[in-house]
Amino acid sequence: MKKYTNTGSKDTRSGFGDGLTELGKTNPNVVALCADLTGSLKMDDFKNNHPERFFQIGIAEANMIGIAAGMTIGGKIPFTGTFANFSTGRVYDQIRQSVAYSDKNVKICASHAGITLGEDGATHQILEDIGLMKMLPGMTVINTCDYNQTKAATLAIAAHHGPVYLRFGRPKVANFTPENQKFEIGKAVQLTEGTDVTIIATGHLVWEALQAAETLEAAGISAEVINIHTIKPLDEEAILNSVAKTGCVVTAEEHNFLGGLGESVARTLALHQPTPQEFVATNDTFGESGTPAQLMEKYGLNAAAIVKASQKVIARK
Amino acid sequence: MSDNKSLENLVTQVRRDILRMVHKVNSGHPGGSLGCAEFLVTLYNDIMKLNDGFDMDGKNEDVFFLSNGHISPVIYSVLARRGYFPVEELNTFRLLDSRLQGHPTTHEGLPGIRIASGSLGQGMSVAIGTALTKKLNGDDHLVYSLHGDGELQEGQVWEAAMYAAGNNVDNYIATIDYNQKQIDGATDDVLPLGSLTAKFEAFGWDVLEITDGNNIQAIKDGMAEAKARTGKGKPVCVLLHTEMGNGVDFMMHTHAWHGKAPNDEQLESALAQNPETLGDY
Repeated sequence: MKKYTNTGSKDTRSGFGDGLTELGKTNPNVVALCADLTGSLKMDDFKNNHPERFFQIGIAEANMIGIAAGMTIGGKIPFTGTFANFSTGRVYDQIRQSVAYSDKNVKICASHAGITLGEDGATHQILEDIGLMKMLPGMTVINTCDYNQTKAATLAIAAHHGPVYLRFGRPKVANFTPENQKFEIGKAVQLTEGTDVTIIATGHLVWEALQAAETLEAAGISAEVINIHTIKPLDEEAILNSVAKTGCVVTAEEHNFLGGLGESVARTLALHQPTPQEFVATNDTFGESGTPAQLMEKYGLNAAAIVKASQKVIARK
Repeated sequence: MSDNKSLENLVTQVRRDILRMVHKVNSGHPGGSLGCAEFLVTLYNDIMKLNDGFDMDGKNEDVFFLSNGHISPVIYSVLARRGYFPVEELNTFRLLDSRLQGHPTTHEGLPGIRIASGSLGQGMSVAIGTALTKKLNGDDHLVYSLHGDGELQEGQVWEAAMYAAGNNVDNYIATIDYNQKQIDGATDDVLPLGSLTAKFEAFGWDVLEITDGNNIQAIKDGMAEAKARTGKGKPVCVLLHTEMGNGVDFMMHTHAWHGKAPNDEQLESALAQNPETLGDY
């Protein structure tokens, strides 16, 4: 089985910030908007290098989304930045009417997604945002797994016309995908080859899935790990090809099982190839305060949970 | 520049369009549409600098956003009569497969519309965004928007108002359709707006009033003054006093026609008060 090395833990939000810095140099139409969280979103470089293209909106997320929609008229490519909770649930109707329905080229970039925001607790965490965003017609939904991939995705969405939700996180996590990788929206990345179980993971759970695959290998179980960075549009072909080999699936995400990646995969399987599936996700609950590692453990979002789910789903074949 | 007589003729025809559109499908919002007919006719045919044809980016021309999207009949009629799309298409208002949706959208590609509106309170933010882009592009044309007065009860409007003044968005004129009525009754009864002049001024806007917002000359004068106040560091707010249902006697002085269509008899009476000027669609 192919092994992956952590080249040095970094936060995915820094991948976004560094991607934005690069876009500032290469694409004069890129503008950035922030709702009083410039440092948290790692947008300081862009702000300092291009003050005329950086818009501090204040604590007014609804206004930020509306301004971003309006800025596309005349050719700008707005990147909005705030926490995932305030990027989605707080401004759902603004995104729905002014961005998605109006087909505006706005990039909604959301940090501190999921439960790993940690100590701030459930008011600032969000485990429903993938569902909220994927239900909007025309919205592309991306959840990247590490620093390198987040940076690549940030560059890729600027070149893609249409509304995008880009979801990333706060804590430092393993950085293991290639530097300067080509990011293809809607294209799954197969990380390991396997024959017994397919593990489809997104975001911070991809590294956990790789750790789980190593544990499973030691136990004589061959796991195929697929990194689904784009939840919508979903790479159905990659999923079906893998499942044709393995005959069972574990999906893993830092999100509620309702409305998340797992449900999108389940629909694909139900339509084309009914297959046993287990869900590593939160179980219709809010989060709480704690360290990211404690929360991942308590809410069953780590390698151990993926190993357990894999064993369970294999037994159901 | 257009003379008042030809604008008045256009207003009369726009009123007929509004009435016939909502009557045909027995739905839509004639009251606010009629109240803003003089304003939008004058805006599109005398005040705004517009290019020929429609381009979504609206570069090097003035851009207008309708935030109170429910008065779609009037904007559809004004756009069609300005040549953005065939006037015959007004016949499809609110019908299945039409580009003239109940509330304006970009989704069906109707020329003249740049953003969906209907869910209230969002248009000022959008207009500010386009005004910022115009500044970035070195485009010295203006952005205009229209809002219902009841719509100001939405909090997002005040987020936007605070931003525009705080960031010197002075290439922007927001007009408030100040008819003091909303679906459930008088704004004073539903949720009092207080002094809008004082509110906008406190937010840092330059505010002026057009006390007869159904008079073409008053609109011309007021908007000329509004334009003269742009470029001076402040966004400009126009309080446009209008009469909901203007031009149809039984639709005036009441909020009853906010979202109700006339029946056959009422249509006949309303049209008789507004004889055909430029040809019905």
